[in-house]
Amino acid sequence: MRSGLTTESVAGPAIDDYPEKLLHHFLHQMAFIRRFEERCGEMYTKGKIHGFLHLYIGEEACAVGALNALKDQDRVITHYRDHGHAIARGIDPKRIMAELYGRVDGTSRGRGGSMHIFDRKKNFFGGHAIVAGHMPVATGLGLASKMHKDDALTMCIFGDGGVGEGEFHEALNLSVLWNTPVIWFCENNGYGMGVKLSDSIANDIYKIAAAYRMPSERCNGMDVLAVYEAVRAAVKHTRSGSGPYFVEAMTYRYRGHSMADPELYRTKAEVEKFQGRDPIERLRHQMVEAGLLTAADHSELLDRIEGEVRECIEFADSSPNPDISTLFDFIIKEPSNA
Amino acid sequence: MPELRMRDALREALREELIRDERVFLMGEDIGAYGGSYAVTHGLLDEFGEARVMDTPISESGIVGAGVGAALAGLRPMVEIMTINFSLVAIDQIINNASKIHYMSGGQFNVPLVIRMASGGGSQLGATHSHSLEGMYAHFPGLRVVCPAFPADAKALLKRAFRDENPVIFIEHTALYSSRGEVPEDTDLILEFGVANTIREGCDVTIVGYSGSVHQALRAAVLLDKQEGISAEIIDLRTLRPLDMDAIVESVKRTNRAVVVEDDWKFGGFGGELSAQIMERAFDWLDAPVARVSGKDVPMPYNRNLEYAALPAEEDVVEAVLAMQ
Amino acid sequence: MATEVTMPQMGADMTEGTVVRWLKQVGDTVTRGELIAEIETDKATVELEAFEEGTLLKHLAPEGETVPVGEVIALLGEESEMAPDIERTVPAPVPAHRPSSPGTSAAVHEAEGHAPARALPSPVPRSVPTPDGDRIRISPVARRIALESGVDVRSLSGTGPDGRILRRDVEQALAGPAADSSTSGSRGASEDEPPSEPEASPDSEVVALTRMRQAIARRMAQSKQQQPHYYLTLDIDMTAALAFREQFNSAASDGQRASINDLVIKACAVALSRHGKFNAEFRETEVLLHRAINIAIGIALEDGLIAPAIIDCGSKTLGQIAESSKGLVERAKDGKLRAEEYGGATFTITNLGAYSVEALIGIINPPQAAILGVGTVLDKAVVRDGSIVARKVMKVVLSADHRVTDGAEGAVFISEIRSTLENPAGLAF
Repeated sequence: MRSGLTTESVAGPAIDDYPEKLLHHFLHQMAFIRRFEERCGEMYTKGKIHGFLHLYIGEEACAVGALNALKDQDRVITHYRDHGHAIARGIDPKRIMAELYGRVDGTSRGRGGSMHIFDRKKNFFGGHAIVAGHMPVATGLGLASKMHKDDALTMCIFGDGGVGEGEFHEALNLSVLWNTPVIWFCENNGYGMGVKLSDSIANDIYKIAAAYRMPSERCNGMDVLAVYEAVRAAVKHTRSGSGPYFVEAMTYRYRGHSMADPELYRTKAEVEKFQGRDPIERLRHQMVEAGLLTAADHSELLDRIEGEVRECIEFADSSPNPDISTLFDFIIKEPSNA
Repeated sequence: MPELRMRDALREALREELIRDERVFLMGEDIGAYGGSYAVTHGLLDEFGEARVMDTPISESGIVGAGVGAALAGLRPMVEIMTINFSLVAIDQIINNASKIHYMSGGQFNVPLVIRMASGGGSQLGATHSHSLEGMYAHFPGLRVVCPAFPADAKALLKRAFRDENPVIFIEHTALYSSRGEVPEDTDLILEFGVANTIREGCDVTIVGYSGSVHQALRAAVLLDKQEGISAEIIDLRTLRPLDMDAIVESVKRTNRAVVVEDDWKFGGFGGELSAQIMERAFDWLDAPVARVSGKDVPMPYNRNLEYAALPAEEDVVEAVLAMQ
Repeated sequence: MATEVTMPQMGADMTEGTVVRWLKQVGDTVTRGELIAEIETDKATVELEAFEEGTLLKHLAPEGETVPVGEVIALLGEESEMAPDIERTVPAPVPAHRPSSPGTSAAVHEAEGHAPARALPSPVPRSVPTPDGDRIRISPVARRIALESGVDVRSLSGTGPDGRILRRDVEQALAGPAADSSTSGSRGASEDEPPSEPEASPDSEVVALTRMRQAIARRMAQSKQQQPHYYLTLDIDMTAALAFREQFNSAASDGQRASINDLVIKACAVALSRHGKFNAEFRETEVLLHRAINIAIGIALEDGLIAPAIIDCGSKTLGQIAESSKGLVERAKDGKLRAEEYGGATFTITNLGAYSVEALIGIINPPQAAILGVGTVLDKAVVRDGSIVARKVMKVVLSADHRVTDGAEGAVFISEIRSTLENPAGLAF
């Protein structure tokens, strides 16, 4: 059990330990997610996206640090604030945007929506919108790996709000009892909707996990390299057959819980404090200091991203709505071998 | 043909499927060393080992969720929930995950998971242990709901369940576990879902039932024949989802009368669905409103007399048939 | 070109919002992400950010005004731009698949008075009113057949519950006017087999069979057609039995006082326990011997006859049999018999002694294998040990299924009944 790290920790992993290409990849992914989410918010207010929309802005280091530590054969299952995870996993963002629009070219052909992004080809087992409801499923994905004796491990991403649910505890308990290759990755952004963590969970989350007799560690979720390091350690442990591993990433969301959130439960000063620890700005600053990024490079990167996200919106706009005649598709899968 | 008890027929199905498909494995509370709360899995641990017959902790949500995950990853798990009452603890996994992931993923993923559970009252187990919730499960699109009444059907339908690509809620009536019936030895024999069985032909009234209520209908039909000269046709639905409505409509068009029988509560029960669909599809062939015989709208009492009064009996079926003549 | 700022959608259930306060005034410069207004929804007050940069050219919605989602509330543009002279515009409805469904697009439709008018078919009278305006009770299938075949349902009287006209009533009307006043028993007959009706003449009256009468008719005919009966008759000296009964009843509780018939039931139970083939059922290649001895007694009712069973007579004492038979008669007359009493009989006793009938030859109730007919107890002059003495004598007739037993077996069986009744000490247990 390692701890002590919070979002305030300044001393993270040293940047010169990482290949330049990887650092640029991290920066690009984080900035892309940021801009993608900003435009999602805009398209929501314009009535292009409907339902619930939960933006990931502020938490980008978690998705990018965690998912880049995995291999293609590994499985990912996550919660409903899932756009960042889907993008970091390499799912085509055009199809993610089309899903938010509810169009046929969306990842779930318009059946899922923002909270339910799935991609079989990327071993992405879904965004799940019942808090902690996907955690026992992750245990089962791990159980399958153990039975198949394949080399896949499962990463289950969930929020601090899930810790109060019984399914969190059942899933962790079974994963240890059955020695399944599952990495539990908790994105602790401090609030379950509008309720402060200290009002909802009786102990530090990583300590609760440690009580289930598995390695458990807390890391700075506002530092992509710190997250990457923590998850790499988890991957090494779990892939060796030593069972599940728990990582708690301390992070913060800048936007409301969803678009309808008036944010009565926190102050603007608090939001601004965390914006001062912005994960993208942190990496950008480190790369500039190390001589890996110029102002011109950065400007060019943002322009490129602007264009890429615009393409996503244009793609989604031009994709048709699903035909009403397909309403009943995908309820029951007919037997393939019948 | 050998005569088997229902529990033995179910065990045969599990055995044969474990042998046939290496992706199949069983998990549940006390299904291994204990042999299963209703002794359905007795002996399977010894034969197939711990990797394929897994005893689990008392953790319904956890084990059903794990079953969903294993199914998503390509296995063919069967989870035994000791009784249908405990499935309420796992309802989030069954409804929010198992029944919907195929749809929510736009057809990319599917959940071939068999969930077996014992159902029904009549054993003085009180209000939390005597539910008949099959109608509730039938409410949800994305689930298969199977309710066999005879050992041979139970075996063939359970084998069919393991070949389905979707979550199957397989409901076994506790009062039928020891019932006997001839069961074909053919290990390839399966029964398709959604095919009702006309187990008694008649021309005066159609009685529709499933699981335990089929037996009430049969006893009622004998009484009606002997005492009243009324010839009742009995349809055993076998599966509630998919539902063989065509068979019911075809029969009602001949008999002009229908009685639906179920153990479940009447208010909002599956019998209401059957009744409504008969009205929708066979209204112009009816001589009387569709009659419903159901459990009474009370939490199941403990006292024997009260429990007897709360459950439907063949006399209720006879009465319902006589009232519509 | 000016950019339109529209009333934002800020939640899944939001259809309109109120501009609480403009945070940017006309002429102010706005950068991307800057807050420009506070918007009140019915759940909360939220801040609206600018998605483009520029100068605020015009407020189209004053503070305090409530406008639908999507409506233009302000314009952003270059400082030099004149605010175009536009009025607030309502967005064209999103091409929803179901324009009449509830939600934002429906609200717009209603506001514009475009709610689609759906033509309803003019109502067609579905029931035929009687002259006094009462609705005719007729089942759907009966109405359909009547409509198809042109039968005037007002001329029919219904035989169903509460006088509902049923399929059978219409079919009878179709079969011929003479049949109108009668009801048929062939309720389940299919359409291509119309029931044949007797011609009614002025000298006769057609009376419909009750359901019970139909059942009796069917079963008795079945018995006589399929079960080859043989009959054995003998007299039983009931003198000792009657004395025994008097003594037994003086000691018995109210409910357990035995009738003569109860003595016969007990004697039959004893004999049946030793001669299982009379407590049996014929099946094509085998005989089913019942373990339980359930003796039915014929009970005459107002509209017919039923023969419910006393369950498990083999393990009942005489007092218990007496108690059971009383209860059975009461329940039969109240129509409250239990299922197993209806259907579970394995042997039947029919007794018309109360009507002074001397001998009764019964018809076996299928699928049983035998029935005992019991007559009244008569004072008779009997020769005993060479002298003529007065005795109480009861005549019994055994009717038995010859497929199951032969006459000699029947003789042994009926003799055992006689000897039990003539030596009644054992009857008490």
